[in-house]
Amino acid sequence: MTPKLRLSGVAKSFGAKPVLRDVSFDVAAGESLVIIGGSGTGKSVTLKCILGLLRPDAGRIEVDGADVTALRGAALARHLARFGMLFQGGALFDSLPVWANVAFAVPGSARSRRAAALETLARVGLGSEVADLRPAELSGGMQKRVALARAIAVAPEILFFDEPTTGLDPIMADVINSLIRKLVTEQAITAVTITHDMASARKIADRVAMLYDGAIIWHGPREAIDRSGNPFVEQFVAGRAEGPITMAVRRG
Amino acid sequence: MAVLIPLVHALVAIGGAVISVFASIGRLVRFAATALVRLATPPWYPARILEQMLVIGWFSLPVVGLTAIFTGSALAQQIFIGGSRFNAASTVPAVTVIGVVRELGPVLGGLMVAGRVASAMAAELGTMRVTEQIDALATLRTDPFRWLVAPRLVAAVLTLPFLVLVSNALGVMGGWLLATFRLGFNSAAYLATTARYLHVDDVVSSLVKAAVFGFIIALMGCYHGYHSSGGAAGVGRATTNAVVSAFILILLANLVITVIVFAS
Ligand SMILES: Nc1ncnc2c1ncn2[C@@H]1O[C@H](COP(=O)(O)OP(=O)(O)OP(=O)(O)O)[C@@H](O)[C@H]1O
Ligand SMILES: [Mg+2]
Repeated sequence: MTPKLRLSGVAKSFGAKPVLRDVSFDVAAGESLVIIGGSGTGKSVTLKCILGLLRPDAGRIEVDGADVTALRGAALARHLARFGMLFQGGALFDSLPVWANVAFAVPGSARSRRAAALETLARVGLGSEVADLRPAELSGGMQKRVALARAIAVAPEILFFDEPTTGLDPIMADVINSLIRKLVTEQAITAVTITHDMASARKIADRVAMLYDGAIIWHGPREAIDRSGNPFVEQFVAGRAEGPITMAVRRG
Repeated sequence: MAVLIPLVHALVAIGGAVISVFASIGRLVRFAATALVRLATPPWYPARILEQMLVIGWFSLPVVGLTAIFTGSALAQQIFIGGSRFNAASTVPAVTVIGVVRELGPVLGGLMVAGRVASAMAAELGTMRVTEQIDALATLRTDPFRWLVAPRLVAAVLTLPFLVLVSNALGVMGGWLLATFRLGFNSAAYLATTARYLHVDDVVSSLVKAAVFGFIIALMGCYHGYHSSGGAAGVGRATTNAVVSAFILILLANLVITVIVFAS
């Protein structure tokens, strides 16, 4: 079966600085992939390359078997319309109230769009009292949830979540994890989630892939992350400072 | 041979600078072309255009109006002083209306709006760029060019002629006020002379200039904002560049239009 999403040999540099060297992975339709990896390894860049917001220097990206690597104009817009994206920083429109952010891509009359926004806000644990506030009037965790609501409001085929639970308390994080899991299981949405939070990864993932040094160094089913046999993954999952992954910090 | 090395370095540096200038012009032309091509097909977002017309037009009125009154008055005073030397003080109404409508109204109006609007556009789009709001638009089935750039271009091109019309009227009024209350001109005679020297051609060229300046203002604001990078400092740079480049292009366009219209 053709995978929903396939990356082969994707590379991306910024100036002289290589970020992705050779990223290859598949995501099947209706599957939830979690990408883990250290800060600054290019996880967000990978998602932006798939969306076409960044152009990879080499490699091939396929959606449903069709090459989408070099799309522009109207074709790129059609490609993008299939995705929902939660940006790491939220990227809420600060000139619009919360409800208009959530309903931004929802068609219809103002009244029905507002109703749809309130319904989606409720799914991420936010009440109607925030609907008329501006994003700047919300806490960081609330902004994250509004951004999540905006990404899922139009029920896209493929959802990308860039760190959906950072900045949330553990209970709210679990609510969000369950929501993402539910979207995948019940609505057969294909999801790619970036997270540093292993509890979140265990809950959301069907499969896990680890990005290190510009490449996917390991991938496997969720159950396998504790017996990956890969020292890099073991160190990351256990969260140890000692191991093959060395941080560029001065040891005191 | 050794003497040639600094020369080669200099040539390489000059060549690099020339290439980067042409590259920026190319990027700018492509940006403008993209916006215009997208304008040819829907969706057009008329509500966004109206909103921008309000921001650009209505809220610029005080600034443009005051500039016009002060400058029109000062112009009348100077013509009076200069004209007195040749017993030509009576040319005040004629020269004032020509000077205001042909040059000062559109140019000063354009520059004041550029200072207000190009900077605001660059800051807004620049902030949206560095906080990924522009990327978010694209993932929400909305073309940033249609949603952000096109309405601003259309609004500025439609609004600037209206502002310049106001600027012209107030500039002439400033001259009239000063001439009647300070220089002892007869009010009715002043206005009659003004009307006689006010030609339709001058008004039309004034409005054409205004529309061109409006395009330049919105284009510079959007272009620099859209391409800003590097956080708050980058947005600051984009804002400065938008205003400076809008000023220079307005003055250059004014010269070109003036030469084409009035020299032929
Ligand atoms: N637009 C850009 N211009 C230049 N460099 C960039 C750009 N975007 C990302 N980078 C660089 O690419 C590298 C990877 O960035 P990315 O945001 O993908 O990291 P990440 O894996 O998502 O990290 P984190 O977990 O901290 O979010 C970083 O070193 C960053 O400096
Ligand atoms: Mg990231």
